[in-house]
Amino acid sequence: MFGRLTVEALIHDPIVTGAQVTMVLGALFVIGLLFYTKRWKWLWKEWLTSLDPKKIGVMYIIVALIMLIRGFADAGMMRLQQALAAGDAHGFLTSDHFQQIFTAHGTIMIFFVAMGLMFGLINLVIPLQIGSRDVAFPFLNSVSFWLFVAGMILVNLSLVLGEMAATGWLAYPPLSELAYSPGVGVDYWIWSIQIAGIGSLLSGVNFLVTIIKMRAPGMTLMKMPLFTWSVLNAMLLVIFAFPILTVTLALLALDRTMGMHFFTSTAGGNPMMYINLIWAWGHPEVYILVLPAFGIFSEVVSTFTGKRLFGYKSMVFALCAIAVLSYLVWLHHFFTMGAGGNVNAFFGIMTAVIAVPTGVKVFNWLFTMRRGRIHFTSPMIWFFGFVTTFTIGGATGVLLSVPAIDFQVHNSLFLVAHFHNMIIGGVVFGYFAGLTYWFPKIFGFKLNERLGKYGAYSWIIGFLFAFIPLYILGLMGATRRLDHYDASIGWQGLFVVAGIGVMIIGVGVLFQVLQLVVSIRDRKKNIDTTGDPWDGRTLEWSTASPAPHYNFTITPEITSRDAWWEQKHSKVTETPKYRDIYMPKNSGMGLFIAAFSFLGSFAVIWHIWWLVPISVLAVIALVIYRTTNDDSEYRISAAKLAKLEEREVGT
Amino acid sequence: MRRKYELIISAVLALVVILAALLYFSNANIDVLNPQGFIADKQRDLIVISVLLMLIVIIPVYIMLFTFGWKYRATNKKAKYTPNADSSVLAETIWWVVPIIIISILSVMIWTSSHDLDPSRPLSSDKKPINIQVVALQWKWLFIYPDQKIATVNYVRFPEKTPIKFDITSDAPMNSFWIPSLGGQIYAMSGMSTQLNLIASQTGSYRGSSANISGKGFSGMKFTARSTAQSDFDSWTKRVKSTGKPLSDGTYRALAQPSKNDPVSYYRLADNNLYDKVILKYVAPPSGMEGMDH
Repeated sequence: MFGRLTVEALIHDPIVTGAQVTMVLGALFVIGLLFYTKRWKWLWKEWLTSLDPKKIGVMYIIVALIMLIRGFADAGMMRLQQALAAGDAHGFLTSDHFQQIFTAHGTIMIFFVAMGLMFGLINLVIPLQIGSRDVAFPFLNSVSFWLFVAGMILVNLSLVLGEMAATGWLAYPPLSELAYSPGVGVDYWIWSIQIAGIGSLLSGVNFLVTIIKMRAPGMTLMKMPLFTWSVLNAMLLVIFAFPILTVTLALLALDRTMGMHFFTSTAGGNPMMYINLIWAWGHPEVYILVLPAFGIFSEVVSTFTGKRLFGYKSMVFALCAIAVLSYLVWLHHFFTMGAGGNVNAFFGIMTAVIAVPTGVKVFNWLFTMRRGRIHFTSPMIWFFGFVTTFTIGGATGVLLSVPAIDFQVHNSLFLVAHFHNMIIGGVVFGYFAGLTYWFPKIFGFKLNERLGKYGAYSWIIGFLFAFIPLYILGLMGATRRLDHYDASIGWQGLFVVAGIGVMIIGVGVLFQVLQLVVSIRDRKKNIDTTGDPWDGRTLEWSTASPAPHYNFTITPEITSRDAWWEQKHSKVTETPKYRDIYMPKNSGMGLFIAAFSFLGSFAVIWHIWWLVPISVLAVIALVIYRTTNDDSEYRISAAKLAKLEEREVGT
Repeated sequence: MRRKYELIISAVLALVVILAALLYFSNANIDVLNPQGFIADKQRDLIVISVLLMLIVIIPVYIMLFTFGWKYRATNKKAKYTPNADSSVLAETIWWVVPIIIISILSVMIWTSSHDLDPSRPLSSDKKPINIQVVALQWKWLFIYPDQKIATVNYVRFPEKTPIKFDITSDAPMNSFWIPSLGGQIYAMSGMSTQLNLIASQTGSYRGSSANISGKGFSGMKFTARSTAQSDFDSWTKRVKSTGKPLSDGTYRALAQPSKNDPVSYYRLADNNLYDKVILKYVAPPSGMEGMDH
C-alpha cells in the first residue's frame, strides 16, 4: 500500500529530529494563525488563486526568502562542523548527515532561493517595465509558481520523511545510482528539481513571449530597458537549457526506478554522459541567474546617478555575447576528466573569452557613475559590494579557465570560494539591490534605508571573511565536502575565520529581517505618494505605487529609451482616453495541477505505484478542463477606469 | 566628528586583520604555491602570470570605482554633471580592445599549457619512468607497482627526480586523484584508465587525497606520497615484497569491501593482471538482465 514508506522513515538522530520538530511546529503555527485570524478565504481569493504577476512575484519572493534562511542554516552547520572536526575531534555531525546537508544547501540555494528570487523579481517588474498589463500566459504563470512550490515542499519533506541525497548538489553517477545510493535521498533530489525545473521552463517560455509580444507600442528592441534585455537573454537560455535538465533527470530516474543503464558504470552505462549533460544545463544556469542581476545593476546605477546608462549598445551586445558563449563552455567543469589537450584548450579559451564582455559591462557601469550625481542609497551599496567582490570572482574564474591551473584547484575550496563569489557577490547582491529598489512599487512604501545599509555592509564584510579563507585553503590542498581533516595540516584556523564570516553574514540577515519589520511598522513615514520615489527612468515608475493590478490605466506609448525620464522632462500632457480592458479571472487550477504533480512524485519516490497513474491522470484532466474554459477573463469598463484614476489623482 | 571616528576604527580593524593574516601566512604551507615538482612548478607559474595579466584590468576597476564614487557623490555640487552623456567611441573601444588583447595572450597560454601539461603526456627525463597503477576503492587508495610486483594501500612511494606514470581507475564511485605539492589531479573512473604524469624534484612527504565526493568514507580517502632516494626506494620495494601479504583475487575482493579510514598496508602482488581485471569487470558485456551482478 505505501511502498517503501514505513514508520522508520520518520526516525532520525537528535539533530535532524530537532529540525523535523521545528519545521512541523512552524507549519502548524502558520495554519493555526490563519484559523485564528480567519484569513483562509482572504488568502485563497487574494493570493493563492491570483493570476496577477505582481502577487505571484511576491509569493515567489516570500518562499525564496524562507528557503534562504533554511539554506543559510545548512551553511552555518557546515561551517561549524568544519571549524570543529580536526584531528581527534569529529564535530557534531556524522559523515552521512554532513553530506546530506551540503547537498541540500546547494540544491536549495540554487533552485529555491536564487531561481525563486529571480522569477519573483521578473514577475514584479517585467510587465511594468515594458508597459504591459500582464504576462502573455497568466494562467501558465500560476502553474509555474505552484510547481516551484511543490518542488520546494518535496525537498524540505526529505528532512521529515526519509533522507536527502548525500551526493553533492549535482548528484554525479555512479554515486547517485542505485548501487551506491539505494535510499530515497537521490529520488527526492531528482523529483523536487524535476518539478521545479519544469516550472522554470514554462516561466521561461512565458516571459520570452511576454517580452517579444507584449511591449507597449513604440518600444522597439533597442529602446528596451537593460533589465528587460537581461531577462530576455536569460529566458532564451532557460528555454534551451532546462529541457536538457528535464531529460537528464528523467534518464537518471529511469535508471533508479526501472533498472535501466543510462548512467550506471556497468552494463554499458556512461556516467560521463550525465556529467556532460548536467553541465550543458548547469553552465547556462549560472548565466540565467547572473544576467538579470546585471540588468538590475544597470537600472540601479543609472537611476541613482541621475544619468543615462553609459554604452547602451555595448551593454546589449555584451549580454547577447555572454548568452551565446555560455553554451560553449560546459566542459570547463570537468577538465580533469582527461579529455586531452585540444578539447580542454578549446573550452578553456571559450571560458576566458567570456571575461571580455563581462569586463566591458563593469567599465560601462563605472562610466555611468562618472560625471553623475551619485546617491548612496542601499541599492548603490550593494552595487559597490558587487563590483569589489565580483572582480575577485572574475579573476579567479579566469584562473580556473586555464586547464593546467584548473587541475590544481578543481574540486578544492578554491573552486567553492570562486562560485560563491559569483553567486553571492553577483546574483545575491544584485537581487537584494533589486528588491530594495522595486519594493515601493509593489507595496507603496520604501524600506528603511539605515537598516538596509547595515545589512549590506554586514553581508559584504561577512562575505570576505567567509570566502577569502576558502581560496587559501583550496591552494593549501583542502578539497571541498570534507567532514573531517587532520589537525597537523594547519587548516583549522582558516576554517574558524570562515565560520566567523558566516556569523557576520548572519548579522546581515538579522538586519534585513529587522529592516522589514521596522519598515512595515513605519510604513506611513516612508509612504510613496508619487509612484516615483527614486526619480526613476523607466516605465514602471510612471504608474502609481503600489501599482494597480492592471498596471496602467492607459497603455503608454514610447518614443525613446528611458521613456519615463523623457516624459517627465518633456512636460507634454495629453487628456487621457480610457478604453475597456480585460484582465484574467482568478484560478486555483495551477495549485491543483502542482498538487497532483507533487503527489505523483512522492509516489514514485516511495514506490507507491497505485498513486502514480491516478496523479498523472488527474494532472491531464485538470489541464484539459482548464483549456476548455472560455470564460477566463473579466472586463473593467472605461468609465470605471476613469473613476479609479480620478480617485488616484485626488489623494 | 562621528564619521571621522568610524573611519579611524575601520582603518585600525583592517590593519589588525592584515597583520594577523601576514603573521599566519609566514608560517603556513600553501601546497599549490610551494611546488615540489616540475608539473606543480609550471602550474604555479601559470597562476602567477595570469594574476599579473588580470591586474591590468582589476587595478583600474578598483581605482575608478572609488574615485568616481567619491568625486561624483551627490553632495559634491562642484563636480561636473552631464546627465545625458551616454557614450564615447574612444572609451568603449579601449575597454573592448584591451581585454581582448589580454585574453588573446591568455588564450595562447591556455593552448600551449593545455598540451605541454596535459596529464597524459609523458615527462621527458633521462631516467626511465616508474609505473604505478592506482585503484580508487570504497574508501581507500590501492597502489599497484606492476614492475616491482608489490602493492600498497593509502601510501605511495617513488624515487625522487624520476618521472612517475600513474594509471588510474576506480572500483568505486568516481574519485579524483590529487597530490597538490606535485601537480594537478585527474578523475578516477571505473571501466577506464586515466593517466597522470608527475615528478618530484626532491625527497619529501606529501599529502594526497581524493578530490571528488565518493560516499560516506570520502573524507578519509587520503594517502601519503613519499619521494625518496633511488636506493631507499629499491630497498623498500624489496622489503615490501618479502614481508607483504599476497594480493590475489580473493584478498582483493576483501579489500574492495567498503571501509573507512583504513591504515597503511603492504602487499606482494600475486596477480599481475589485477589492474586490467578491475577495469574489465566494468567493460564486460552484461550477463543476463541484472548486468554485472556477480
